[in-house]
Formats: sequence, C-alpha cells, structure tokens
Amino acid sequence: MRCYQCGKCTAGCVLASDMNYPPSYLMRLLQTGTKDNYEKILSSNSIWLCLNCENCVGRCPMEIDIPKMMDYLRTQAIAYDKLHPDSKPIIAFHQSFLDSIKYTGRLYEMGLIAAFKARTFRLTQDLAIAPSMYLKGKLHLLPEKIKDRRGMKRIFAQTIENVKTKNV
Amino acid sequence: MKIGFYPGCSLTGSSREYNESVVAIAKVLEIELVEINDWNCCGATAAHSMNEELSLSLPARIMALAEKQGLTDVVVPCAACYNRLKMTQHELEDDLKRSRIKEILDMPYQGNVKIINVLQLLQQYGIDNLKAKISQPFAHKVACYYGCLLVRPHAILKFDRVEDPQSMDEMIRAIGGSTMDWAFKTECCGGGFSVSRTDLVAKLSGNILKDAADRGAEAIIVACPMCQSNLDMRRGAINKVLNSQIDIPVIYITQAIGLAMGIGAKELGLKRHFVTVEL
Repeated sequence: MRCYQCGKCTAGCVLASDMNYPPSYLMRLLQTGTKDNYEKILSSNSIWLCLNCENCVGRCPMEIDIPKMMDYLRTQAIAYDKLHPDSKPIIAFHQSFLDSIKYTGRLYEMGLIAAFKARTFRLTQDLAIAPSMYLKGKLHLLPEKIKDRRGMKRIFAQTIENVKTKNV
Repeated sequence: MKIGFYPGCSLTGSSREYNESVVAIAKVLEIELVEINDWNCCGATAAHSMNEELSLSLPARIMALAEKQGLTDVVVPCAACYNRLKMTQHELEDDLKRSRIKEILDMPYQGNVKIINVLQLLQQYGIDNLKAKISQPFAHKVACYYGCLLVRPHAILKFDRVEDPQSMDEMIRAIGGSTMDWAFKTECCGGGFSVSRTDLVAKLSGNILKDAADRGAEAIIVACPMCQSNLDMRRGAINKVLNSQIDIPVIYITQAIGLAMGIGAKELGLKRHFVTVEL
C-alpha cells in the first residue's frame, strides 16, 4: 500500500477523534501485514464510524480509496464475527433498512424505525419526533411496494444472501 | 424540455417537500419530469456497507429501467441517490463487474444514461433563463451547504469545485440573494447516522449550524435530504449539544427558487419543516 503517513485523511476526518484508530493510523496497521493488527482493525469501531463522506480520498496525495476500503473491512468484520460494540446499532439500522428494500423494493420509513427499535430495544427513542413527522405528512402508514418484488428478492438472494459472494 | 426523473425513497416520505418544490419549479420552467417506472431504492449507505454486489445491483436496476424506457438523461435530486447512481455507473465500466451485475439483474444494461443532480439541471436550463422567471427576489443572506455526496469524490462525479463549490451560491445570487464564505460548506452532517448515532449527528451538524449562525446566515440552503433532515429534524438534539437556541431554517435550493418565482409556501412544502420557515 502506497500510504506514506502524511496524515491528511485524519486531519480532515470529522469523526477521527471518536475512532479507536484514526484513518492514517489504520492505514499503518494494515501496512504491517500482521494478523494481530488486522484483527485489531476488524474489531475496532473505526470501520463502523466511517461515514463514507469521501473527504479523505479527495485529499489523499496517493489517491487511496479509504472509504471503499472501509466497506470491505466492514464485510470482513461481519464474516469473521469481530464486531466492536459500537457496530451494533449501526448494523441494526443497515439490516432494518435492507429488509425494507428486500420486501417492498423501497424504503418504508415507519417499518425501518419499528425494526430498528425491535433490534436494539431502543423503544423510547424519537417518540417525540414520530408524531410530528406523521402530522407533517412525512411518514406513510403503509409501505409503497414496487411491482417487481420477485426481481428484488432475486437480487438479494444472489448477493447478500449468497454465501459465496460475502467477500470472505 | 423533457427529462427522466428518479425521486428516490426520501422524496416520497420524510423529504416530500423536496419533491414538491422540484415538481413546482419544473412546472414553471416547463420541464417535463418523466418518472422511471417501478423504480427501487438505491440501497444508500446500508447496501454499500454490507455487500458490494448488492450496492451495485440496486442502482443498476434503476438505470436499466431508465434505459428500457428510452430515457437518455435522468435528474436525481437526492444527493445520496445521485452519488450511488454515479458511483455504480463508474464501477460498472469494468467489464467483469458489469457482466456479473447484468447476470444478477437478468436485464440489459448499457450504462449510458446521463445522471445529473438538480443543480446541473438548472445549469442546463440556463441561469439567465431562470432569472427571467423571478418575480419576487429572494433577498436574504444565506449559507449554501453542499455536504459530501453532491461533490465527492470529485474524480468520479466531476461536479463543481470540491473544496469550495459555487454552483448553489451562483443560483442564490441569480435569484436576488446574497451568499457567504463559511467554513463548513462541504463538511459531513453525520449522514445516515440520524437514527443509529443521533449523538454524533448532533455534534457534526452542530458545528455546521453554529458557523452559519455566527456569520449571520438567515437560512441554510441545501440540496440533500439527509443534510436537510439532520439540520432540521434533529435541531432539538443539536441545540442541546450547542447549549443554544439557534432557529435558522434549512431549506432546499428548489424551495428558495420557488419562493423567488412567487410560488406559495404551502405548495413548496415549507410548512413541513421542523424549524419554522419565515422568509
């Protein structure tokens, strides 16, 4: 890997201070190539806190695509079951989001929130906001469904549900 | 002028005022928006965080449907959808990836639909032509907030200047407003963490809001549903972190243009915001 530790990615990363290892440190850990360091990365919160805001790659003098690397590391962390506790609500949100797409083809926001609460037991979160969202016409009571739901299920079956392509 | 239209999920739900204002100004500009039939969700952050092939298949299906419908240009107002569609198109320039995704979709995909954001649509229409439709100048001092996904990564999107974009600022000036130099134009608001890590969204969006407030902005202008909802719907959490009561509204560029065209606040969805809009 071409990183020479200039630190620009870390300087521009809005969540670097919340991460176990900021992006440039994570790059150094990867460069060492040891199994121990790789496990450190997979079990860190850094890969889950990355928002893919793309600031780092835009400023990297070596044009290293760190956000794309984070995507890969996240799938690795899931595959090897090395999940930092901070990943739990984030993965719960992603799974709830993807379930909605799988069954309806679109995001059903009410269903997403319900599924997220069920997964995380955060039952009281946003109880104050939901009714005003509804009154402002921002929430559908029922999901919008696309016609080709069979096609949607096929996409899921051949990608995320297909063990062979789980990037392991 | 006729153009393909991909609204995306946010525009049918929590950000329907963005859709309403896009439709309202398109009517005045005589732009016919042709919605892609049976469109699906782009997959957003969830898909690319969890599985690469899924994150490419979902946007590819949308573009395959647009091709089937004979649409050559598609406008995508949501910055997150716009980003996913453009990124997918770029990734699928690779022959191996393209053939794999076509196999998953079981649909033909050429990859030649031109994907543009709402600012590019207005630029294509012409800023001078837009000026001609203005009846009530938008005489306000505002901070134009671009966020991440509209401008990054520049190597692929090739839209505007990456560190100090200007397209929205130019539009605001064209409709009679004034803009400002400020420090958080393209800093991340916390994006998809709105529900899972509201604390981080409050922190990041708080930085953005505070800078705009300190510089005397009357409003923050956005072109992304995630930026809008984080800065608006999460205002309570933000003000708590900042220990303040900042009440600057956050409106879409299309709503600002709509106001300048004399379209009513209700038609532009300005009553749907959490922070009251009085402009």
